[in-house]
Amino acid sequence: MLETKLEIKNLSAWYSEHQVLKNVSIPIYKNKVAAIIGPSGCGKSTLIRCINRLHEIVPNAKVEGQVLLDGKNIYDIDVDPMEVRKKVGMVFQQPNPFPTMTIFDNVAVGLKLNGVKDKKLIQSTVINALKEAGLYEEVKDKLHHYGTHLSGGQQQRLCIARTLALRPEVILFDEPCSALDPISTAKIEDLILELKKNHTIIIVTHNLQQAARVSEYTAFLYLGELIEFGLTESIFTAPKMKKTEEYIMGRFG
Amino acid sequence: MGNKNFADKLFFSVTKVAAFISFALIVLLFIMLIKESGLSFSKFGLRFFITKVWDPVVEQYGALSFIYGSVISSLLALLISVPISLGIALFLSEFASKKLKEFLSIIMSLLAGIPSVIYGLWGIFVLAPILRNYIEPFLQKIFGFLIFFQGEPYGLDMLAAGIILSIMITPTISSISKDVFESVPRNLREAGLALGATKWEMIKIAVLKTAKQGVIGAIILGLGRAIGETMAVTMVIGNVHEISLSLFHPSATLASVIANEFAEATTDLYVSALFKIGLTLFFVTVILNIFAKFLIYSTTKKYKV
Repeated sequence: MLETKLEIKNLSAWYSEHQVLKNVSIPIYKNKVAAIIGPSGCGKSTLIRCINRLHEIVPNAKVEGQVLLDGKNIYDIDVDPMEVRKKVGMVFQQPNPFPTMTIFDNVAVGLKLNGVKDKKLIQSTVINALKEAGLYEEVKDKLHHYGTHLSGGQQQRLCIARTLALRPEVILFDEPCSALDPISTAKIEDLILELKKNHTIIIVTHNLQQAARVSEYTAFLYLGELIEFGLTESIFTAPKMKKTEEYIMGRFG
Repeated sequence: MGNKNFADKLFFSVTKVAAFISFALIVLLFIMLIKESGLSFSKFGLRFFITKVWDPVVEQYGALSFIYGSVISSLLALLISVPISLGIALFLSEFASKKLKEFLSIIMSLLAGIPSVIYGLWGIFVLAPILRNYIEPFLQKIFGFLIFFQGEPYGLDMLAAGIILSIMITPTISSISKDVFESVPRNLREAGLALGATKWEMIKIAVLKTAKQGVIGAIILGLGRAIGETMAVTMVIGNVHEISLSLFHPSATLASVIANEFAEATTDLYVSALFKIGLTLFFVTVILNIFAKFLIYSTTKKYKV
């Protein structure tokens, strides 16, 4: 039984006068992985940045339309963007642990922002988050070393742990593996498959194989418009639209 | 073809010599200072730095009161300037619109370029009377039980020097701190915001924490400027060779004593003692500058993507 966790409805977005998303509507199902694919500049990153209200921090950026999280529009006036961002976590393209914080502090920082003072609770949450991110065994002896001393793939899993510590319901991945080697990429992909048991996941990716490997649903964006959305399998084997087929076949992008 | 090649080589040689000269100047200056202070070193040795008697009549020279004056006036300047400068830098890097930022940045560099004698003039004729008549009596009324605020409010004193210096080093500290804050990459700021941080929380966890080392560098650079500043300080500090905990007491700094006394230095030992102070200043400011530049460089370059 499919449950809709998040519904993107008639969403348009601009940077100043330049419209980067045009009336996009996509349902995102609970405990599934949805991939967003499309050539560079098609608006995929902007789309997920609208889901945690990060798009609006850019000066002169504008959003129209709705994003319903459990039926509630996150763009309603009474919604605090800070609360949205706690429920909808994000992992970025470049691993970005805070460079002057230890591994432990990087994961704990979100809890401290939320006013958690109980040291035992912080300790156990951090360790759980690191375990869930598949990093704990590798770093358990150096929790108090700087996070930036880790490898790129480990840094990315650290960033995932940092997000997980806040117990988000939805996790957005913005091309999380584009800066990583194949082995680190495989680990992150395994992790995504593990995480969907308890989270709803949206991943933006350039890598079509990756989309095919990790996602159940795929949305294809082109020039800011949603061309096609459906089961990943059918998008890749029997796309309905010509544009999708051309992209999947590697004719452009 | 051959001619062109020659011109290139000549140009290269000329620029190379020019670059070498700047390095040679520093080394020569250093050697000269050491040589000229030799007499004082042989007479007073390192005791020079821990004795406070400075008496040309009996040919006794000790720099402690000037070291004290330099340290206290500079620390006072930092105490006043650092919070203001960091406020300015944060405002410029995080809140100001692009136009306002450009405008204020120009103003800051203009402030930094004003000749220090103008600050000194303002200090004597505007700041000192205000201190003497209003601010110092007011401070004495409230904090008079503290030794720092005791004695006759005079206006031309340690407090005046600290305030003048704080104004003079604010452009330095704020503009460099601004550059350091701006070098914090966008993806760290976004990481903070994506965790549900408010703007201020984001600044705390992503900007300030990351930029800390560079900001310390900016502050040390300001400290170097304050210690080396001569004209304005000489004009407002009162030039008395004494150590007093009171900020209302006239004092003297390493730089001000040189500016004040070089003309009266008639004996070789007197001149040598002044050179020794010069050497001290040179050494301290060079070390501070190198250290500061290293901190700033290592912060701003690290995060260049």
